[in-house]
Amino acid sequence: MTAQYLLRRLIQVLPVAAGIVLILFVLVHTAPGDPVLALAGEHGDAAYYAFMRHRFGLDRPLPEQLAVYVGRVVRGDLGLSYVHGRPVARVIAERVPATLLLTGTALALSSLAGVALGVWAACRRDRSVDLTVRAGALVAHALPPFWLAQVAAITLALGTGLFPVQGLTDARQALTGWRYLVDVVHHLALPVLVLAAGELALMTRLTRTGLLEALRMDYAQTARAKGLSERRVVYHALRNALLPLVTVVGGRAGMMCTGAVLVETVFAWPGVGQLMLSSIQTRDIPVLLGIFLLVSVTVVVVNLVTDLTYAWLDPLVRYE
Amino acid sequence: MPGSIPSFATSDAPAVVRDDRTTRWSGLARAARTGAGAVGLALTLTLVAVALLADVISPTDPFATVGRPLSAPTRAHVFGTDDLGRDVLSGIVHGARTSLIVTAGVTLLAALIGVAVGTAAGYKPGAVDDLLMRGTDFVLVVPRFFMAVVVIALFGPGLDRLILVLGLTSWPAIARVVRAQTLSLAHQAFVDAAHALGASGVRIALRHVLPHTLPAALVIISINAAGVILLEAALGFLGLGDPRLISWGYLASNAQRFIRIAWWMALFPGLAIALAVLGLNLLGDAVNDLLEPRARGAAGA
Repeated sequence: MTAQYLLRRLIQVLPVAAGIVLILFVLVHTAPGDPVLALAGEHGDAAYYAFMRHRFGLDRPLPEQLAVYVGRVVRGDLGLSYVHGRPVARVIAERVPATLLLTGTALALSSLAGVALGVWAACRRDRSVDLTVRAGALVAHALPPFWLAQVAAITLALGTGLFPVQGLTDARQALTGWRYLVDVVHHLALPVLVLAAGELALMTRLTRTGLLEALRMDYAQTARAKGLSERRVVYHALRNALLPLVTVVGGRAGMMCTGAVLVETVFAWPGVGQLMLSSIQTRDIPVLLGIFLLVSVTVVVVNLVTDLTYAWLDPLVRYE
Repeated sequence: MPGSIPSFATSDAPAVVRDDRTTRWSGLARAARTGAGAVGLALTLTLVAVALLADVISPTDPFATVGRPLSAPTRAHVFGTDDLGRDVLSGIVHGARTSLIVTAGVTLLAALIGVAVGTAAGYKPGAVDDLLMRGTDFVLVVPRFFMAVVVIALFGPGLDRLILVLGLTSWPAIARVVRAQTLSLAHQAFVDAAHALGASGVRIALRHVLPHTLPAALVIISINAAGVILLEAALGFLGLGDPRLISWGYLASNAQRFIRIAWWMALFPGLAIALAVLGLNLLGDAVNDLLEPRARGAAGA
């Protein structure tokens, strides 16, 4: 990977980021009512509105307003949450670790298990294992994440009592050290399993398809002809079959965030998703704008990292 | 005299693509003949029928109190009642209508934009293609669920803005598929023949190329529609649906408040969503298997 490719790919991010900020600006200004309401909330007094008007340049001509807004956003100033009485960026930042823990664990789990299941199904093509895995993947892909979460909460948490129903830790006792860690993992288990299920279905299907295709390639036939064991042939083919998966995983960042919001809502997981739900209920629009921006930036960054990883892994990618 | 026909005109004729209008849509009928395809078609038709006939099928008015609050499934109310004594089954039947209106609206809008952008980009390589694909890549990055949340929070709930925001953000996948198809068709013999006969570029694109891209577009459109059902439900679940209409997401969101005591409120609406999504996915897969027999039973996502 050349430095030139890296630089060009980084520069391509700029118009995308600008476009997203522009969408936000246009939405805030076309929404019914004074745009200051979208940035300062509905329950401020005249002095506060005047302060926010000045802060976001709403008392100046439109082009200048855009410049001020972009300047503010670039510096991470997304306005103040009137519900929390603090800057939006800080309110959201506090919730990011819990969401990262949830999505990161679910992503790792679904990738590993999905590849394993996909290989298993491909190696036993059209046998009962393959048919079961395929049917399971098809169904799992169709389930609404919030419903799977509700069913898991009803059966596995409320029904068996094996898992806690809600939260990140047990509120009834203050645990420390490794007991705290065990408590968090115990609370994490169900949300992660639910969030991973949909991704797992996708990864399984793609791994199976990719591997079957790779096994039909000439090099796989050559390897077989040379007398390599089927296990070695699969190993060779898998390396090539997994390459497109990098792109797919990267392209799922937005869906993963959507799933996280829904799962967090059901399990009262104290992450960005739960913050979004409470902000919808209290009409805390500055926070909602901030979350949209955060998710957009996340998607852009993940796509960038995905492309660079792909270019690094695949020597055939041209750097133009 | 047979020798006067150049050999390439006969032997190199593309076997895959024929400009044969009668076989174009028979793919859907053939898809229905496979097991999964038949299930998919049946589920999708059921969804449409339930949505259209909601007033006839529905046992009661979905908003009316017709029984004891929070009663478990009984013979009178087979899916139970909610916290206000409303029939859950009636809610699901009428929710199908809301889901179908949103899904159909979004799908129509996304398909129009996607097919137009994809055809134009594939047919006009160079600056037009570059510009359109840059735009497509940009829209692909915008997280449509979060965008819809912001739009509804700013503009208030309503089906019109919901359809608009989801439709305007759901077309990139369709555009990409149609573009790829158009590119592969642009140099087929029948396109060259139309050129030679003096047909205009627009006419060739619309009359000769576009129809052949539609089967592949149909696959991605139906899979896209399945995603829209999930998105609409998810937005309703967060309380962003139209409060004047019953929707599957609203039922699930109401169920969340009573999850410890009324399992039936959560179980049945989600099941309806899952079946509707499964139906569209199966249908898309079946059509895809017909188009790409090599990847049989292993359709892309």
